[in-house]
Amino acid sequence: MSTPDLLAQDALVQDALVQDRPAALRRLLARPELGALIAAAVVFLVFAAVAEPFLRVSSLGTVLYAASTIGIMAVPVSLLMIGGEFDLSAGVLVTTAALTSSMVSYQFTAVTWVGVVVSLAVTLAVGWFNGWMLGRTRLPSFIVTLGTFLMLTGANLGVTKLVSGTVSTKPISDMQGFASCRWLFASEVTVGGLTIKATVWWWLGLLAVGTWVLLRTRFGNWIFAVGGDAAAARAVGVPVARTKTALYLGVGFGAWVLGQHLLFSFDTVQSGEGVGNELIYIVAAVIGGCLITGGYGSVVGSALGALIFGMASKGIIYAQWNPDWFKFFLGAMLLLAALLNAFVKRRAERGPR
Amino acid sequence: MNNDAMNNDAMNNELLALEGVGKSYGTVRALQDVSLTLRAGEISCVLGDNGAGKSTLIKIISGLHHHDEGSYTVGGEEVRFDSPRQALDRGIATVYQDLAVVPLMPVWRNFFLGSEQGHRRWGGLRLDADAMRATTREALARMGIDLHDVDRPIGTLSGGQRQCVAIARAVHFGARVLILDEPTAALGVKQSGVVLKYVTAARDAGLGVVLITHNPHHAYLVGDHFTLLKRGRMAGSHPRDEIGLEQLTTEMAGGSDLAELSHELARPAVTGPAVTGPAVTGPTTTAEPREERPQP
Repeated sequence: MSTPDLLAQDALVQDALVQDRPAALRRLLARPELGALIAAAVVFLVFAAVAEPFLRVSSLGTVLYAASTIGIMAVPVSLLMIGGEFDLSAGVLVTTAALTSSMVSYQFTAVTWVGVVVSLAVTLAVGWFNGWMLGRTRLPSFIVTLGTFLMLTGANLGVTKLVSGTVSTKPISDMQGFASCRWLFASEVTVGGLTIKATVWWWLGLLAVGTWVLLRTRFGNWIFAVGGDAAAARAVGVPVARTKTALYLGVGFGAWVLGQHLLFSFDTVQSGEGVGNELIYIVAAVIGGCLITGGYGSVVGSALGALIFGMASKGIIYAQWNPDWFKFFLGAMLLLAALLNAFVKRRAERGPR
Repeated sequence: MNNDAMNNDAMNNELLALEGVGKSYGTVRALQDVSLTLRAGEISCVLGDNGAGKSTLIKIISGLHHHDEGSYTVGGEEVRFDSPRQALDRGIATVYQDLAVVPLMPVWRNFFLGSEQGHRRWGGLRLDADAMRATTREALARMGIDLHDVDRPIGTLSGGQRQCVAIARAVHFGARVLILDEPTAALGVKQSGVVLKYVTAARDAGLGVVLITHNPHHAYLVGDHFTLLKRGRMAGSHPRDEIGLEQLTTEMAGGSDLAELSHELARPAVTGPAVTGPAVTGPTTTAEPREERPQP
């Protein structure tokens, strides 16, 4: 018998074997968020064992809050990464959103809702700019958004100093509309010792919408396609540039939500904040199973990534370890996750052989 | 043969026609004076060596590039496509050798990519995933592809299977013209046979097929018409009954060029240690040089 025949037979036999394994189990093993789920469980068990206060109900609220401030951004950032692009400007864009909202309301002595709406327009415009530049210049998104990142960092400081005279904005808590804005973006509910901040609801909402869009809509199909193989997607008629621009608009929206939260919970905003957070969003997305090269990943995974971040950042404090080690832990986690993702991707490509 | 009967009623079935088409990239003339007519239920093969202008030709037909000279008509109407989408809307689907599908996406998502099917209840916004899975399975089965698990990433299928899915996709979404770019180039003998079977299945479904290849053996198995390209020009255009496989192979290999090559490669007048090491593969190569090229 010739070699191809033997190979074909071999493949048939293996196919038959694979069919025997329950489909549900096979599917679970190929899920992008499997690694993050295991990691989250391990991190939880470790801190539950070493830090007694970690298991208190009140701690859960604290951990969820820390996770939500990352998770709100990790949702659009993970969608963007599945679409094959980065956004390094996401961290400072949050600060831009808060600054814009505060300064517009203060300078025009307007109802704070005016600032909130203008801020949304600005963050969407920045997102659109990123997407447009990417489509127009065909430069890597790393470079395009690195440019936006630096420009926004400079503009945040420059404009704030120009308008307020200092590096932070003026308090706006006595202005009209502040209370209702605070209710929407920065309120909290306490049920039986568990304090849930508004960001948690925003996070869960974005998570539900994000994962639904990704898995159950035509646009979601396009996200996978433009990240997996943009040329193939274009050849079957997917509007590649528009899909990517829409993903950047999503990041703008997330930055707007988080920016409003910061403003309405702290009243004033420091213009130098936000630098470095973009990397944490990316880390959350990667830990959640997003491939750096795009085309594969999950929104739910990014939430697990954010949860790991929340548990670790607070758990280290509860365990009374030196918090300096937090970044070290995060880096190690990222490397492990990236390796695991590469492995899962190879598995997915090779199939259940 | 039913060829005559088919030709007669196919005369009015002209799907697309190129007339004296040319294309330059800057100062390089990639293609000049190429004419081609495609009718429904016909497989038209375009043969040529690397750099003969085959890819330029498909790019023009499929809407990726504009032509500079000549006319391109679809169903008798002159066209100038700005994007592959426009060509698709006119029923011209292209299956590229390497970018037919997105490897990490499940088979059913790939199948519907760009033509997704929505739930009516949700105003078409929500994907009807179950119906899409079922349709994929059915459409593949109709083409004779039995694939139980349409949820596996399409990258896990063999090269031949991927091509077949792409062909089934084009047929399912109502393509009238199917352009296949080297569908068998990267495949083994068996896999190539499978793909050619689906090419004929598409033809039997009434589509017109433009098959781009540099393998005359594969072309002759299925083709109704053969167009030969050489350095951007048409080097021959023959209906099947005017040309045999041997002639096609010779023309494809370059006719007079081949004779010259065979002369150059011939052993220098026997005896003596003129050639050291393994001789230049001996006379079998010169007799059938085509065997060398398309092997995977």
